[in-house]
Order: sequence, then C-alpha cells, then structure tokens
Amino acid sequence: MVIQMIEVEHLYKRYGNILAVDDVSFTVNDGEILGFLGPNGAGKSTTMNIITGYLSSTSGTVKIDGYDILENPDQAKKRIGYLPEHPPLYLEMTVKEYLNFIFDLKKVRFPRKPHIEEICRLVRIENVYNRLIRNLSKGYRQRVGIAQALIGNPDVLILDEPTVGLDPQQIIEIRNLIKQLGKNHTVILSSHILSEVQAVCERVIIIAKGRIIADDTPENLSRNLSTDHSLTARIAGPRADVANLLKTVPGVKAVTCLGAREKGVFEYIIEPFENARDIRPIIFERLAQRHWPLLMFKSNELTLEQIFLRLMDNAENNKQLFKPVNETKSEALSGQAAESDESAEKSQEEALSLSTDNQEPDSGQTLKDKEEV
Amino acid sequence: MLAIFKREIRAYFVSPIGYVVIVLFLLFSGYFFSFQYSLGSPDLSFVFSQMFSIVLFVIPILTMRLMSEDKRLKVDQALLTAPIRLSSIVLGKFFAAMVVFLIGFSGTLVFQLIISAYVSPNWIVYFGNLLGILLLGSALISIGIFVSSLTESQMVAAVASFAISLFVMLLDTFAEIINISIVKKIADWVSFLGRYEAFTNGIFDYSNVVFFLSFAAVFLFLTVRMLEKKRWA
Repeated sequence: MVIQMIEVEHLYKRYGNILAVDDVSFTVNDGEILGFLGPNGAGKSTTMNIITGYLSSTSGTVKIDGYDILENPDQAKKRIGYLPEHPPLYLEMTVKEYLNFIFDLKKVRFPRKPHIEEICRLVRIENVYNRLIRNLSKGYRQRVGIAQALIGNPDVLILDEPTVGLDPQQIIEIRNLIKQLGKNHTVILSSHILSEVQAVCERVIIIAKGRIIADDTPENLSRNLSTDHSLTARIAGPRADVANLLKTVPGVKAVTCLGAREKGVFEYIIEPFENARDIRPIIFERLAQRHWPLLMFKSNELTLEQIFLRLMDNAENNKQLFKPVNETKSEALSGQAAESDESAEKSQEEALSLSTDNQEPDSGQTLKDKEEV
Repeated sequence: MLAIFKREIRAYFVSPIGYVVIVLFLLFSGYFFSFQYSLGSPDLSFVFSQMFSIVLFVIPILTMRLMSEDKRLKVDQALLTAPIRLSSIVLGKFFAAMVVFLIGFSGTLVFQLIISAYVSPNWIVYFGNLLGILLLGSALISIGIFVSSLTESQMVAAVASFAISLFVMLLDTFAEIINISIVKKIADWVSFLGRYEAFTNGIFDYSNVVFFLSFAAVFLFLTVRMLEKKRWA
C-alpha cells in the first residue's frame, strides 16, 4: 500500500497584497524524492516553510504522515528534518556542540554518540567536528545544516536548495547522499537547477508566481515540452543554397541563418513542424549528397528558463481558449516573460534559440542580426 | 526547554556577555559593601537597595541577544520547526538569564560570610533581600526578552531596554511632580522602586511578590505571542 507521507491541500499564503503561494496542492508518497523547481521568488521557500510549520498558511492544510502541522505540531514536526535556505547555525558553537544541541532539541531517543557519528560520516564532516562553525566555509556550513536535518532520522526530509555553495565534487556527493536517503526517507528538495532535479528526483513540481504549473516526472516533462524542438546546425557550404536545401526537407517549418561561424561555414536554426518525425537523418543524407559537410548538429535542449517560457505560454494559450486547466491564471503569468529575459543575456545564439523555441506567441518578432533566408 | 537552557548558558560564557554582566554586578555590589563595611553595619540591605539602578542598567546587556540573535542567524527556523513548544523556547532562555543574574549576586553570600566572622548576621533579612532582587530581575529580564523578540538587532534591543529601564527608574520622580491623583496612584502602583524597597526595608509583602511574578509572566507570554505572530505575518 502506498502511504501518503505529505499531503498539502489548497495552500495559500498572502503577504499583504502579494499572494506568495496560490492554491498549491500535492501529495508525496512514502519514499518518493520530489523536486521543487522554480525561479527566485516563486514561492518554493515559503511553501517549504509552511510544510515544516515555521510559517502558517493563510488557508489550506498540511499533513505529515496524517498529522496536521497546526493541530498536531509535535507529532508532525518529529517526522520532519528541515534544511532551510540559510542553514540555521549558531556560529559560536563547534560542530559537535551544535549537533548535540539539535539532538537535545529534537528529543531524539537514539543512542547519542553513535547516531551523531554516523550522520557526520554520512555528510563528511568528521574532520571539522571540533571546529567552530564560525570558521567553517560555506560548503561545510551547508553540510552541517544537512547533518542537522538528519538528526533523529526523520521520515521526511525537506531540503531547501541543499547544494548551494558547494563545489562540484561536493555537489555530486550530496546528490548521491540524497538519492541514498531517498531509499528510506521521503524527500522534498528545492532547486533552480534543472539538471540537479533531473539527476536526483523521481518527480518534479514546477512552481512559478506561487502556482504549480507542472507536476510530472523529469522525463515526461522534457519529453512533452521538446516535441517541436528546434535544431542548430553548422554547415560548410554556400549559404543560400544550403538554406534552400534545408527548406525542401519534409517536416521543416522554417530555417534561419545565424551568420558565418568560420570561413564558408554558416550556422542555421531549423525549426521542424510540431509533431513532425525526426528530420535529422534526412537532413544528413541530403547534405551528404551535395557534399556539404555537417560540422555540428544538435537539438536545442530546453533550459529551465525555456521550460518556464513554454509552460507559461501553454498556460496563457489555455487561458485564451477559456480552458479550465488548473495551471492557468492570468496575472501569474504576465510578468514571467520579462523575468526570463534576464537569463537571455548570455550569448546571441542562446537568445535566438530561445526566441525560436518560443515561437507560438511572438513568431513575428525578428531580431536585428537574425537574417531570414 | 533544557536543551535551550543549556545552550544559552553556554552562549553566555563563550561570549564575553556573561562575564561582563557578572563582573559588573560583583564590582558594584563589592563597592557598596566596602562602603557599608567601613560604616560597620552588619546589614546588607544597603547593598541591595543600591543595586537597584545597577540591575536596571545591566539587565539589557543580559537580554539583548536572547531572541534577536536567533532571528538574525535564522536559527529560529530550526527552533520553531523542532518538536518543542514555543513557551519552552522562551522559558529556557529566561531561566538561563536568571541563572547568570543569580551568579552575579553570589558575591553577596561572600559578604554575608565576612560579616558572620564578626557578628551573627540576620539570614532571614538576607534571603528576603535576595528574593527581592531575584523578583526584580525576573520582571526586568522578561521585559528584556520581549523587547529582544521585537527586533533582529541586538543594539536596538539593548537601547530599547535601556529606555524602558530609564522610564522605570524615573517613574517615581514623575509621580512626585504630577499632581493628578489618578496618575499618581497608577505610578505608585507600578513603581518597581517602591515595591523593591519594601524588600530592602525588611517588609515581605505577598502583593509585591505576586506583582513581580505576574509582571514576568505577562511579558514572557507576550514573547511567546510574538513568536507565534511571526508565523502568521
């Protein structure tokens, strides 16, 4: 039987005029690792703070293993280990003193020494065990924060951006640790890094402007969103001829030349029709026939920002069609496009691929250096 | 509660705050005792009555970081999500401050022993005085904790507590100036000095005990409400 470890129902949180959490409902089964994905200010931390009982919701209920966090806080909180966004550390304590304090605070019944030692081994902080937290680096502080959440071996772990501030080696370690913990714990972890969530989580909830806009497995999410993926190709050959050739390939909707990359080599963005079959082999064959070498060929993978844009657009379209889909809400979406523009400052190519991926609403838009062929 | 209490006691003695407070109490009580000693009086009531204003101005140092530090370091997220009642968080901190406060008055026991080398001192009067200062301390500490729970900054907490202490000290002076009988009556009733002096004058009045204890209880309760309110903000 599947046990629902966390049940969140119709959660709202209002800060003055701002609706930080807007009708969030989901359940997490025992042993599931759930990723909470969203841009800054999406309401991830607020939702987590409400689940752990640090904040109260304006309305809605949270149940941990059947215990309501407001009506039965002792029982519910006993089952939660929480790593907040900012690890809650007393700087003037040593790691040893701090973990013993948390051990007392949580009224843990396990034998003290072996329990704390085991956790320290798990998160690799044995070598700083006797040092003041004040003198630890951010990565170590983060790990002490994780250790703190693990004390008492709670059923539910709620980790708010657990890998922030860690170096790549540590990030991999912590991800593996979370995966390992997920075998006998229920884990919610928040992140704004898509790959992290993909690597660790079995299920992803995407949240933006306080609303859940997607709730699915990472695979489904990227599959559903990447059906009409555009391709980037770098081809050596005369520009106009190559473009014309590409346009004749069945399934190609539009071809855009991004300009020369090397001498005689041009880069193109190829947009297939929606639900078209894979056009890559045909393109390869046609180019080969003409002896135009294909120097680079990749599908433009969706970044988190693009997934957001997609979901926003989907939601917007649904709204226009008056479809009562639960993830449509007008004001939640209007500002989102502007927000994701910030992320597009990186490179020209990315900016372009972003706008082509997002063709439905603004396909008429042309960028300065984008030359329609 | 015990976990919080132990941590706060440790925190007092890891940082200089605990030592500073204890040294200030020992220094001033020692100074007043030396004065009284030179007069040849065997009664420590003089020392205790002089300590009133010292207590008023040292307690803000004792309480300033109790709640504000947690907020600033965001440790309150760990405390409030632990399976522990809000009241036991506040009480743990309160008793830790009380213990440091009491240690600060351990010097008076030494003075009492010095006196007993010459004459047998009146221990009942001594314990009456000690009870008086403890009750005064508990009321002031609870105010300090409450003020500390209002802000994230230790300095703001300390300054606000000082202001309140100043008000408490000057209340009797105001009462003398103002000629409206109802204001005078109220000022007399809440006068910390008047009620504390009763103890140093050797008068044990239950109403004074109840006054200080309920004062402390009200502000500790308000502190708990402040923590609770934060969740709903």
